[in-house]
Amino acid sequence: MLHLALFTIFGAVAVAGAVNLLVQRHPINSALSLIAVMASLSVEYLLLGAEFVAAVQVIVYAGAIMVLFVFVIMLLNAGEEELTRGSRVAILVGIPGVLIGAVLIAWTLVQHSGTGEVAIGALPGRPETIGWLLFHDFLLPFEVTSILVLIAIMGAVVLAGRPVPTSQQPRKEA
Amino acid sequence: MLSITTFVIVSIIKSVIAILLLLTAVAYTVWLERKVVGHIQNRWGPTRVGPFGLLQPLADGLKFILKEDLTPPHVYKPLYIAAPMIAVIFAITSISLIPIGNWVSIAGIHTPLEITDVNIGLLIILGITSMGVYGVALAGWSSNSKYSLLGGLRASAQMVSYEISLGLSLVGVLIMAGSFSLRTIVDAQGGTFWGFIPRWNVFHGQEVAFFVYLMSAFAETNRVPFDLPEAETELVAGYHTEYSAMKFAMFFMAEYANMITVACLATLLFLGGWHGPLFGPPLLQGILPVFWFVLKVFCFLFLYIWVRGTLPRFRYDQLMAFAWKFLFPLAVANLAITGLIVALRS
Repeated sequence: MLHLALFTIFGAVAVAGAVNLLVQRHPINSALSLIAVMASLSVEYLLLGAEFVAAVQVIVYAGAIMVLFVFVIMLLNAGEEELTRGSRVAILVGIPGVLIGAVLIAWTLVQHSGTGEVAIGALPGRPETIGWLLFHDFLLPFEVTSILVLIAIMGAVVLAGRPVPTSQQPRKEA
Repeated sequence: MLSITTFVIVSIIKSVIAILLLLTAVAYTVWLERKVVGHIQNRWGPTRVGPFGLLQPLADGLKFILKEDLTPPHVYKPLYIAAPMIAVIFAITSISLIPIGNWVSIAGIHTPLEITDVNIGLLIILGITSMGVYGVALAGWSSNSKYSLLGGLRASAQMVSYEISLGLSLVGVLIMAGSFSLRTIVDAQGGTFWGFIPRWNVFHGQEVAFFVYLMSAFAETNRVPFDLPEAETELVAGYHTEYSAMKFAMFFMAEYANMITVACLATLLFLGGWHGPLFGPPLLQGILPVFWFVLKVFCFLFLYIWVRGTLPRFRYDQLMAFAWKFLFPLAVANLAITGLIVALRS
């Protein structure tokens, strides 16, 4: 009962935050809506018994990645976005598209619901289980992913550190 | 097992007590800081209001409430108002998972001395404190002033950088205790070596981790020598330049509440929590653990203030280089060595 109530409330918050993310004109409001989405998602994970994923969702996404988003928005001092022709077309086509997609997904879920129920907390979500899975059963994919991230970081450093070609540099006045 | 009504009532009582205790502690940490820094600088600190200036926090609070709450015309209002609330909410929430002593039984109700005992308590505290950076960042941005913006930028970059070494310094302790539960971590530190050295993590192979934690904690709470976000000589007052009255006081409260949380965490993870010599009649034995806990937190806060009275401020590039080139590799090395030793022992 309490689970269902919390699930509904935070599900509604997540959807409302996602809609607000698209509706808001100012980037910082959109970023904050995304943080609300992340936070309510983490509560949903917690309700499903995935406590470690819930905590990591907040620490990594809401606490670190979104801070960088907000940081960049602050640094560029981005102002309100103007509607362009492209975004008007996107609104005209996108909203019906999203509605159709949502109805399709809901229809599929309703068709297949009741095929198998899982009790809340029955799936392994404890830190020990996740650690065992990551460092034992899925060790190779885990390490490969970490190398992938490392390569991405090195790529970013190379791109950022590339010297500007001399022809593009502002000419110094003599 | 408690019935749900009892549980709710007990939780509400504990929450109210925790918040009152925290706010009182915040007020008197400010008093302590003014007193100690005053004596370090050969001054008296507050002396006029009450004996030893003990009523000064009350007078300060009254002043903050009665002052005019000025909102500059150029701010982005919704976030300007929300920012201090965000800062103070997350600062106060994080105290709810800190255990200050063993379980107690009062009138047949058996309850832990904290608001709630969660088996991933440490992770949740880290999550809550990592959200606290938004208060500072948004305050800097929404004030629409260059000093505030620079302060906010510095604060968010600094807090994100130091959070990494802070988190990594805790992993060694987690490996040794094998749990995220703060209660289990403290229980693992009971007993002594050779009868007189306590088995606290700081004497048990985690000296380096404690050092990394100490440095990162100073930076996370924006305290001297890492108080670049509010460097008076460069940025007027940093992210809270445009704030006045109670909104300013909320940032102040958040900063000191964060200091207390960090001190509590240091006590729980490295200094053995409420472990200490127990003696005397049963009533005294019940109170002593809480006393030891508070004493350790007090010592940690005193260290904070002592450092503030002693050290000058870093330069910003030194601050970042220190985080990424020194603390981070040190924390990783500590983690690797701790992991290796624990793996070899088991």
